[in-house]
Amino acid sequence: MGITFLCAFSILAITAYLVWELWINSVLPRHQFGFNFLRTQTWDPVAGQFGALPFIYGTLVTSAVALVIAVPLGVGSAVFLAELAPPALSDALAFLIELLAAVPSVIYGLLGIFILVPGLRIIEPYLKAVLGWTPLFSGPFYGVSLFSAGVVLSVMIVPFIISISREVIRAVPNDQREAALALGATRWETVWDAVLPFASRGIAGSIFLALARSLGETMAVTMVVGNDPKIKASLLAPGYSIAAVIANEFTEATGELYTQSLIELGLVLFALTVIINGAARLMMAASERGKV
Amino acid sequence: MSSTGIQPPAGLQAPKTADAKIRATNLNFYYGNFHALHGISMEIYEKKVTAFIGPSGCGKSTFLRTLNRMNETVRGTRVEGTILLDGENIFDQEVSNLRRRVGMVFQRSNPFPKSIFDNVAYGLRINGMAGTRNELRDKVEHSLRRAALWEEVKDKLDQSAYGLSGGQQQRLCIARGLAVNPEVLLLDEPCSALDPIATAKIEDLIFQLKDSCTIVIVTHSMQQAARVADFTGFFLLGKLIEFDATTVIFKNPAKKETEDYITGRFG
Amino acid sequence: MTGSLLLWRRKAVNIAMLTVTGMCTVVAAGILIFILGYLFIHGAASLNWNFFTKLPTPVGETGGGMANAIVGSAKLLLIASFIGIPIGFLAGVYLSEFGEGVFAFAVRYVTDLLNGVPSIVMGIFAYTIIVLPQKHFSTWAGGIALGVMMIPIAVRSSEEFLRAVPKALREGSMALGASRAQAIFTVVIPAAKNGIITGVMLNIARVSGETAPLLFTSFSNRYWSEGLNQPTASLPVMIYTYAVAPYEDWHQQAWSAGFVLLTLVLGVNVFARLVLARNRHVAR
Repeated sequence: MGITFLCAFSILAITAYLVWELWINSVLPRHQFGFNFLRTQTWDPVAGQFGALPFIYGTLVTSAVALVIAVPLGVGSAVFLAELAPPALSDALAFLIELLAAVPSVIYGLLGIFILVPGLRIIEPYLKAVLGWTPLFSGPFYGVSLFSAGVVLSVMIVPFIISISREVIRAVPNDQREAALALGATRWETVWDAVLPFASRGIAGSIFLALARSLGETMAVTMVVGNDPKIKASLLAPGYSIAAVIANEFTEATGELYTQSLIELGLVLFALTVIINGAARLMMAASERGKV
Repeated sequence: MSSTGIQPPAGLQAPKTADAKIRATNLNFYYGNFHALHGISMEIYEKKVTAFIGPSGCGKSTFLRTLNRMNETVRGTRVEGTILLDGENIFDQEVSNLRRRVGMVFQRSNPFPKSIFDNVAYGLRINGMAGTRNELRDKVEHSLRRAALWEEVKDKLDQSAYGLSGGQQQRLCIARGLAVNPEVLLLDEPCSALDPIATAKIEDLIFQLKDSCTIVIVTHSMQQAARVADFTGFFLLGKLIEFDATTVIFKNPAKKETEDYITGRFG
Repeated sequence: MTGSLLLWRRKAVNIAMLTVTGMCTVVAAGILIFILGYLFIHGAASLNWNFFTKLPTPVGETGGGMANAIVGSAKLLLIASFIGIPIGFLAGVYLSEFGEGVFAFAVRYVTDLLNGVPSIVMGIFAYTIIVLPQKHFSTWAGGIALGVMMIPIAVRSSEEFLRAVPKALREGSMALGASRAQAIFTVVIPAAKNGIITGVMLNIARVSGETAPLLFTSFSNRYWSEGLNQPTASLPVMIYTYAVAPYEDWHQQAWSAGFVLLTLVLGVNVFARLVLARNRHVAR
């Protein structure tokens, strides 16, 4: 039985080791740049200048775009599947959607490059006609962009939001539904007034889990984001993300400062996802305990 | 829509001391293939308390839940026969309207995770009965008073309903049901999760409410039926065995099954 | 009458929202069907026998296949399974059997945390502990990166399936004089066997598509990789490299590789879920 304890303990050890390795292998840029690493936006390996802001910006913006698309789609589907659809249809669709969650990231990237990007080039004039007046949709569009990455990410996180939210909604006690129905509420009023408020923390938790995933997502973003370390107002401009720059530049990085700057980016990404995941777990736990 | 000619079979009709508010005729109910209610016919009298008793699984709750069509929310169920509310078949009515007229309180108190005020106001708001701010406040207060809860909660209306005790929560659910002025109030074992003191309060409440409302209560406690009900129906295996004035049912039942159950030889 | 107008509006909202949420579902499910359909049609069309038997050709030459990447992926998954599954499984046994108290809470918490670590960060970790000291890319490094990723999922799935074993089985065994360890290994684990095996399959399927942790650990290789100390090609990395390259022929091969990878991953998923669904019915 000692060995099972040892294995359990090794998980703590491995995680601690991981954090330690990230920490000691990013000591150079921390000493050299301090907090400016996070605040400046010049990423110039030749001049030895490393500012991570464009990557942090790109990571947050692509994830934000993904959430804007995925949250209504995901929560809407979850509501339909859990509350409104006939059970047989709901189970079949939920099965399909869980498969969607199993598709590897690199395949989404493949589809992103060869289907989404050409597709967006076709849609782009219409998009601009409607939203072009905002700075978010201004400027030239080359296909690869923060927006494209956000769309791919949204497709990737929708299944998570749907399957977790569906479980959360199904777990709402039936007496809540009956209370609303007995007062004459329609099906939708029951969902909106009784079911969703009860499930709201769990749904928020599922959104945070999806957010954590999209922040750390690498391949699909790398393949469509454009890989340009600049901060531009337009979503249609190419950008970069933390994970993408690590994926692209790690093997080519010359010099310790360069490599360690990339590792420090890894540390930033790690911290970001730990915080978001932690928040998600708290919300899910609160939701399982149920009442206010 | 004439109800003449549809009369309950002889022997199941209680002495005519009031007008029939609800008249069920030859009601059959199925969960999938399971025949849960067998040809129930009975009248429920206006502004009286009617109790349904019987062993668990006898169909008393199922019958109660057909009266406001709550059973329709369970998949795979089917109903045959008619239930007339003021002479109109409830199965032909708009279900939201029906449920506003026929309120329901459940076995376990089920307040929404909202404030006390919002719980009571909920039905008023969705049914477009809220009116102005002050009118809404008055209606909420009135309902809480009718449910004998006002004095206990008047200083914490904006607090969560989950802060109340079990008995208070159940009375809150009654207030929530009363707020939309139902003509009939269905109570599905409302005291089964409550202690004796909270139960006594609910029973007092039932006495007060029957002046303004027709009440149907399902209970597993014969003592409770004897205390609160004017009429009592005894269900067994999906059939209404006997229905009569409560005193008759408990003192001088016509059927042997009823007597066995009342005297504790059964269930 | 305002009453009936209100009721009409409420019903209209009801139907509208039913439609809107239904449309959400149609869109979400439609995307999947589109992805699968496109990939299967396009990928299967460009797939041929050479893909499984030939090495990649040099740039500019058409033809060739990804035989080395298929073998490379298999080797990586083998190493990963040998690391991730025993550690994860035994830790899962610990949590399900002795999982009370602060230590177990910490293990569960950290397991969730480890599960949320982005795969690219896992790649950095394997890089710093293997590639950096050895000063070269290797199959080992990639396998270890994937292995660490397998641990948290292995823990959670084995814990879940072991916990689902009825307490009466354990007690029955211990009442016959079995020690706690004997009860666990002779009764509880065999009872949970099906669930645990499907969990392992899903776990392998999940990491088989991981690309990011391999980019700078197992790296890539145009030739056969000997042993475990050389860099190796792998299917997901090949998909990435070929997709972002500017050659039409490579794009076709990327589709083929995507088709093969997705078929494997989804095949395992469908199979495992069917097994799980059947088990659940039996348990009831």
